[in-house]
Amino acid sequence: MSASVAAGSAGALTVRNISKRFGGLVAVSEVSFTVAAGEIHALIGPNGAGKTTTFNMIAGAQPPDTGDVLLDGVSLAGLRPDQICRAGVGRTFQIVRPFNELTLVENVAVGALAWTDDVAEARDHARGVLELLGLGDKKDARPSSITLPDRKCLEVARALATKPKLLLLDEVMAGLRPTETDRMVAIFKKLNADTGLTILLIEHVMRAVMALSHRVLVLNYGRLIADGKPEEVTRDPEVLACYLGAEAFD
Amino acid sequence: MIARIIESASPRALALLAVVTLALLVAPWLVDSYVLSVLIIVLYFAYVGQAWNLMLGFAGQLSLGHALFVSLGAYTSAALFIKFGVPPIIGVFAAIAMAVVAGCLIGYLGFRFSIRGVYFALLTIAFAEFTGIIVDHISWLGASSGLFLPVKNQQSNDLLNLRGSPTMFYYVILALTGLAFALCSWLLNSKLGLYWQAIREDQEAAEASGVPLFRYKMIAVAISSGLTGIGGVWYAFYYNNLFPETMFKTSQSVEIILGSVVGGVGTLFGPILGAFVLTPLGEVLTAATDGMHLDGVKSFFWGFCVAAIVLFRPQGLWPWIYNVLGLAPKKEGKR
Repeated sequence: MSASVAAGSAGALTVRNISKRFGGLVAVSEVSFTVAAGEIHALIGPNGAGKTTTFNMIAGAQPPDTGDVLLDGVSLAGLRPDQICRAGVGRTFQIVRPFNELTLVENVAVGALAWTDDVAEARDHARGVLELLGLGDKKDARPSSITLPDRKCLEVARALATKPKLLLLDEVMAGLRPTETDRMVAIFKKLNADTGLTILLIEHVMRAVMALSHRVLVLNYGRLIADGKPEEVTRDPEVLACYLGAEAFD
Repeated sequence: MIARIIESASPRALALLAVVTLALLVAPWLVDSYVLSVLIIVLYFAYVGQAWNLMLGFAGQLSLGHALFVSLGAYTSAALFIKFGVPPIIGVFAAIAMAVVAGCLIGYLGFRFSIRGVYFALLTIAFAEFTGIIVDHISWLGASSGLFLPVKNQQSNDLLNLRGSPTMFYYVILALTGLAFALCSWLLNSKLGLYWQAIREDQEAAEASGVPLFRYKMIAVAISSGLTGIGGVWYAFYYNNLFPETMFKTSQSVEIILGSVVGGVGTLFGPILGAFVLTPLGEVLTAATDGMHLDGVKSFFWGFCVAAIVLFRPQGLWPWIYNVLGLAPKKEGKR
């Protein structure tokens, strides 16, 4: 089942000089980075650093004021979020946004309908994805009747069902117990290894960041202040000062 | 698809559906002409309610201007019949076209410029009202003195020209209601239906999951307005007179939506159930308050009943009855 989830090996993301301004506030300022196909990168930083705004610019929910976003070398500029989704970018929302009146299968099937017009096929695929994320036995429940960690999984399932090449995860581990975090980490590792799914995740849970990421990007006040291997970044004095603090190394 | 729906329904629900369908089919032989006339109005509101429900209940777009689509359908087919002798069986296509064009124009303005929720509803009201004012000044369409269809040979039923007995009109509107129900239940379980519901539940999340919002909202408006336009054709030939000052009014639109609100917005049976509750309720109250010689007493009690239903069953009567009667299928299925 899991092998059929992602579309394939591509999914290289290039972010070039993107900026976003809200009135007088510069939320993101000239941020550039790349995520090579098949890699997992984490985007960390204090609250208000511009992480979610960066996601929104990649996914098309908030077009950047300047700069460009490329997927496998093709610019996503001017595309609507649904077009960017079909181009291969799946995303989750930090505050979960399930379709409350639909069952879990239907929620996830909506994602699968991005690549098929056959509702039965979409439902079948949705069942497989739910199974993969450990929600198989709750497939006919409605989102309001499952726990928050399960709703986070549902959010991931719906994004995965679109068969993304690049998956954007916005704090999906927040609020999970350590064992649940480890299960989620294992799922993403397996997806990444099996299908070459490229992942960019915003995360505060350092346990997950360290276990998953090939590289870590650090945002502070809308600017990229570090981009490197996890063990390098966590020793960077500027990162320590603004975000991690000394206790991260206990 | 139909087979799948029947398979997933509980035996009790299927039995109830069969009984109701059978009762509606034989009703003209069992009831007197008064009850038949009430049933005809019930089915008319069930039909247009179903069409309206597709837009709000399925796709989450609130229209308070559906009187516009009824009126455009009615005026188009009536004018073609009176002025050019075009039978309604042909005129209905022009009626659908007029209603769909109007619906798409409103939809385009609303969805392209992100006019949402109540503001979109205001747009629909505005279009209905000013179209009414325009028609009120077109003397070719009878202007404010109304447009009348010739009434003759009520004895023989002419289905193609929609001239005939109340029984014929009953079966026509029954067929329309049945077809609209079948269409809506098929749509609800199709890709369109899933996308509509996703848009209704969370527009941004739907868009991020690959749903092209504009296109699917436009499809919803087009189907809803087209279906409503067909209802207008039936309306024109049943009532034989059309007045702009009543046809295009928001009160007409509200009458169209009340059945769905009372029965259950977003459900397939809600609009039908709501029509079967509200219209007879009005008739019963008319009879009960007849001797009181107090103006407005009927409207007062009617409004009281509607408010009570909405207050105590905010989800509508259908979801409640569905549970009380135990109609839920054993596993995975629709309401």
